[in-house]
Amino acid sequence: MATLEIRDLHVSVEVENGTKEILRGVDLTVKQGETHAIMGPNGSGKSTLAYSLAGHPKYTITGGTVTLDGEDVLAMSVDERARAGVFLAMQYPVEVPGVSVSNFLRTSATAVRGEAPKLRTWVKEVKSAMEQLQMDPSFAERNVNEGFSGGEKKRHEILQLELLKPKIAILDETDSGLDVDALRVVSEGVNRVRETGEVGTLLITHYTRILRYIKPDFVHVFANGRVVESGGAELADKLENEGYEAYVTKGGVTA
Amino acid sequence: MADNTPVGSTTDGAIQVGGPQQPIDARVSAPASYDVADFPVPHGREEEWRFTPLARLRGLHDGTAVADGAGVKVEVSAPEGVTVETVGRDDARLGRAGKPVDRVAAQAFSAFEKASVISIPKDAVLTEPVRVSVHGEGGVAFGHQVVEIGAFAEAVVVIDHTGDATLAANVEYLIGDGAKLTVVSVQDWEPTAVHAAQHTALVGRDASFKSVIVTFGGDLVRLHPRVVYGAPGGEAELYGLYFTDEGQHQEHRLFVDHDTPHCRSNVAYKGALQGKDAHAVWIGDVLIRAAAEGTDTYELNRNLVLTDGARVDSVPNLEIETGEIVGAGHASATGRFDDEQLFYLMARGIPAEEARRLVVRGFFAELVQQIGIPELEERLIGKIEAELEAAVA
Repeated sequence: MATLEIRDLHVSVEVENGTKEILRGVDLTVKQGETHAIMGPNGSGKSTLAYSLAGHPKYTITGGTVTLDGEDVLAMSVDERARAGVFLAMQYPVEVPGVSVSNFLRTSATAVRGEAPKLRTWVKEVKSAMEQLQMDPSFAERNVNEGFSGGEKKRHEILQLELLKPKIAILDETDSGLDVDALRVVSEGVNRVRETGEVGTLLITHYTRILRYIKPDFVHVFANGRVVESGGAELADKLENEGYEAYVTKGGVTA
Repeated sequence: MADNTPVGSTTDGAIQVGGPQQPIDARVSAPASYDVADFPVPHGREEEWRFTPLARLRGLHDGTAVADGAGVKVEVSAPEGVTVETVGRDDARLGRAGKPVDRVAAQAFSAFEKASVISIPKDAVLTEPVRVSVHGEGGVAFGHQVVEIGAFAEAVVVIDHTGDATLAANVEYLIGDGAKLTVVSVQDWEPTAVHAAQHTALVGRDASFKSVIVTFGGDLVRLHPRVVYGAPGGEAELYGLYFTDEGQHQEHRLFVDHDTPHCRSNVAYKGALQGKDAHAVWIGDVLIRAAAEGTDTYELNRNLVLTDGARVDSVPNLEIETGEIVGAGHASATGRFDDEQLFYLMARGIPAEEARRLVVRGFFAELVQQIGIPELEERLIGKIEAELEAAVA
């Protein structure tokens, strides 16, 4: 069973006058089949955690370890992490002009699976995944994220999640900017992947809204660059009622 | 990407409506002329020379470059029915498409000794292209070529430039009524070559002209494709593709002169740049004169900057002297293949080099398909791959 272990992770970014520490000792274990919600106020470092796990060059790891089934994730390049089974659904996916969605998906699936998917089954696979996410077939011919609405970008991220079947899925604010219908469609996509029992999910969110559709096994409150409280789904209800105020004061969040 | 203009780029295009004080064709140092003496020696600040590194023209602009007989070897292979002649300066068929518009083109016109004239008779529909090889042998040369195609004939002409040379040339295209001429000019020079040329097309009534300019090589390449219409109903499609590497200067200056009613033009140029001091210049001048009612024109330039240290100057100019037109527009954008795009593709398991290839192929694919010559498509994609491989090595 795949396990992602984050131990005492410290991460910094370059700022104008030196470096700034964003993550200050994150400890978290995500096992295949589990869903962990990471909730926290703006600026608490949630997205930094997501991007650091995926290997974004902006973030410097200054301490700690991340392993996937014992393998050192931090030693891997970005593409190696993806091929090892780490997937990040991004909050702001970038446009890649000139590259069609269908070309991108196939190139990506080929890289992650280690061989080109058989054309006939692949076409069917993509078609049915797109139908379930209520995406028009013409979508496949558009350039990656170019001119996509917020909702289209998120559907496209979840489409990739469904096709790439990672061991660990990190969803960075996948709910942000979605209307209720889109949120439902996207959440159903995530749930289809979860129901296979083969993915560990790290659901990063500011709001509890998405947790009505995706039920977490664990909820972690993130503040000031670390996990400050962990609990079950009931912790989300508490946050829904009381907000992050208690943690902001306690954690000393910098705006 | 489209609204991301890197430092070191210009896209200061303009649309002027009404009678400008100084129309596009007057914004030059001297009126068009066959005689080099009618043009002052450029010093580099003139509108038409401001992007060009004159010192690298090897004297083509100031009279110091002299043909040495070892310049270029021109070979033409044409299907049956096509006439290929080598003629002297006094042949009446030379110079009919239009006059040289800058000093280097006028220098070429004043200095060439022999010209090639390729004639495709009227009604002939060629099933094979006419192939012209211009191979540089290291010297200085002034060239002149004429391609004339009779009424209702159809032909494809492929001109390949290879080797090393310092070459200034004029190429004329005379397109008869209802004829269809496609010309592909490939600049696949050695990295030392200097090539400056004016391509002037005179498009007949209801005729179609398609120009495909492909520039990969050379130290300095400066091409000036121009279209004028002889009668109404003409159509011109001008496509271009360039891959500018470290230290290369590749300049494409287009001018479409809509002086005749009911003509169409469509311009699309795309370029990729990589390496220190790679410099691409694209000038797209379109003038719709008062008489040119019913004109339909669009021009587009896209640049993809793959590395730091490259520079693009992209300047579309559209001047409209009549409102009675079907359409007129332009677009220019220069974007980077940036770290975020690379991260996104890599985060989906795609290795960095493959990601770069994917983006560049995609960038050019649309244009290559638009060109619509399957044989050329494969060759272009192959060349683009080779350019990318060379850059990686």
